[in-house]
Amino acid sequence: MNAMNMPAWGIWLMALGLGIFIVMIILSLKKHRGVHRSLFAWPYSLWMIVFTVVPLFLIAYYAFTDKAGSFTLDNFKNFWDSNYEMKKQLIDMGFDVSAMELSDRGTVNVDTLVYSLWMAFKCTVICLAIGYPAALFMSDRNFKLGPTLIVLFIVPMWMNFLLRTIAWMTLLEDNGIINTLLESLGFGKLRLMYNSNAVLLGMVYNYLPFMVFPVYNSINKQDIKLSEAAMDLGADEMKTFTKVTFPLSIPGIVSGITMVFMPSVTTFFIPRVLGGGNTEMFGDLIERTFLTADNWNVGSALSLIMMVLILFSISLLRRVDPQGEGESLL
Amino acid sequence: MSQENRLILLEDISKDFDRHTVLSDINLYIKKNEFLTLLGPSGCGKTTMLRIIGGFEFPTTGRVLFDGKDITDEPPYKRRVNTVFQKYALFPHLNVFENIAFGLKIAKLPKAEITSRVGKMLELVNLLGYEKRSVDSLSGGQQQRIAIARALVNEPEVLLLDEPLAALDYKLRKGMQLELKRMQQALGITFIFVTHDQEEALTMSDTIVVMKDGLIRQIGTPKHIYDEPKDAFVANFIGESNIIRGTMPKDKLVRFCGLDFECVDFGFEKDEPVNVLIRPEDLVITDTDDAPLKGVVRSVIFKGVHYEMVIDAGNYLWKVHSTVMVPENSKVGLSVVPFNIHVMKLTDDELTGDEL
Repeated sequence: MNAMNMPAWGIWLMALGLGIFIVMIILSLKKHRGVHRSLFAWPYSLWMIVFTVVPLFLIAYYAFTDKAGSFTLDNFKNFWDSNYEMKKQLIDMGFDVSAMELSDRGTVNVDTLVYSLWMAFKCTVICLAIGYPAALFMSDRNFKLGPTLIVLFIVPMWMNFLLRTIAWMTLLEDNGIINTLLESLGFGKLRLMYNSNAVLLGMVYNYLPFMVFPVYNSINKQDIKLSEAAMDLGADEMKTFTKVTFPLSIPGIVSGITMVFMPSVTTFFIPRVLGGGNTEMFGDLIERTFLTADNWNVGSALSLIMMVLILFSISLLRRVDPQGEGESLL
Repeated sequence: MSQENRLILLEDISKDFDRHTVLSDINLYIKKNEFLTLLGPSGCGKTTMLRIIGGFEFPTTGRVLFDGKDITDEPPYKRRVNTVFQKYALFPHLNVFENIAFGLKIAKLPKAEITSRVGKMLELVNLLGYEKRSVDSLSGGQQQRIAIARALVNEPEVLLLDEPLAALDYKLRKGMQLELKRMQQALGITFIFVTHDQEEALTMSDTIVVMKDGLIRQIGTPKHIYDEPKDAFVANFIGESNIIRGTMPKDKLVRFCGLDFECVDFGFEKDEPVNVLIRPEDLVITDTDDAPLKGVVRSVIFKGVHYEMVIDAGNYLWKVHSTVMVPENSKVGLSVVPFNIHVMKLTDDELTGDEL
């Protein structure tokens, strides 16, 4: 099986699903003697099966097979030691690998994953630190500009994410707008791009709205009478925040963290544009493995590892908010 | 009334929201240990007045004095006043105990004292054993009592209640009315109660303040307000009433339906136009011969305690309450003793022709 015949049997799969769907409609119409509400769930179930469940199995299939289609764990070993494939070939050719001094220790994939998690963590913390106060101020009923500001937070999202990231290039470049300004003011140029801070900036810029909205909603929907009750019972503004407003916004925070952290870990393109390829992240690694190295098996193994990690981190979050609203994202 | 008894004093209070006046010319004092009710239809400004006393709104003009001290600009957390909110506003992330203990924990009282005071409060509102329950699991009546306990545990000098019984069913509401009155007397706290329910106001209050369109229309005891309403609005709002236009030919004589009636009111100009109020229970059905007013029974409705009849007499449809049933279409006479005829001056609106 290779990448080329995917579309063909994908279409067959969809045709099969459509067939099942039509049969289900007929059965359902017979059973309920007319249109029943559960009928309308079938298109979505079908969609989920074709585009979520099947691909998941496909990823698992690719991850545990080699190019010939037989079962192997080599793809995962490749993740752990990026020289694994090369070593195997050398052994096949009769070399004694243990005696050889390899130029790199083969930890590049693991390093990239750790770096990605670290970047995603930093991005989430910064988004929370900026986004929470922003959401808090905007949801203040006496702050008339709040709703307008919320719209301004949305506006950049109407533009394409690639475009937004490239726009940062023109700002941060050596001869970009900021450096031109700095130079004309006599400060001299700064090296703003091609480092991990520029990547972090791009990530925060792109993911900040995903923190602001859930937090804003969780604060905004709180009954104003609750803060009034707290003040009535002797709590000043600070105490009202720590004892009432903040605890009641925790579901929003959990949602926000989930919605920022997940895409942050899988970030790609931003590191390439703003980091100049010096700071590859896991998303880029997967993309490169699939498209440049054309290795679907290793690429799938990498995706699977990341999915497990995300699942793990979200299940940790759920402990913070046991009955909470963040779980709808899992 | 001696000055020392005046716990809260509202002086020339007015309040505008975006140039829309919701309160004007409010002057009112509230005595220690008084059960005072702000009564009026929705939109009359009664809740705004309560919020000004609680510190959630600040008056556009005027001052609020508490124990002689100006507290007009003080935030709610500095006032010795606690509020029971309309929909209770219990903290959903805290259990029953934590809700009631909220104010005490803020005040940093020792743990043992908090536990014992919360326990006493739960006993007072008959909810011992509910400490660990989540507030969402409680019924409306229970939540309501938790809200009262949460306010009272702080031993405020004044308790503000914003239509706290509005969401309860009839039976529960009746029970809570007596319960609140009992608590108020037992604890010796001033209650300021907001409601649009005239029966509730009559049952519980020492003093009723009737409001309309941001103005105080009348202040008095329940009996005074019921028996001597100042104008047609108050008469209509408190209890049921027959109100008919008339004139005062001289002191203690009022003319309506083309007839002269003896009454007990005086101090009007000669032939001054007035409103005449006769409560439905004060009209007596008699034989046609001796009665000044003669008419026909138009309808009869059984109301439990009494029959409510509409009697067409002297070009007016009189509402009459009587324990004796008279069949429809029978000819009857109506009489009323002078003491039960209440003559009211016309308000400015009525004088210029704007009816209520």
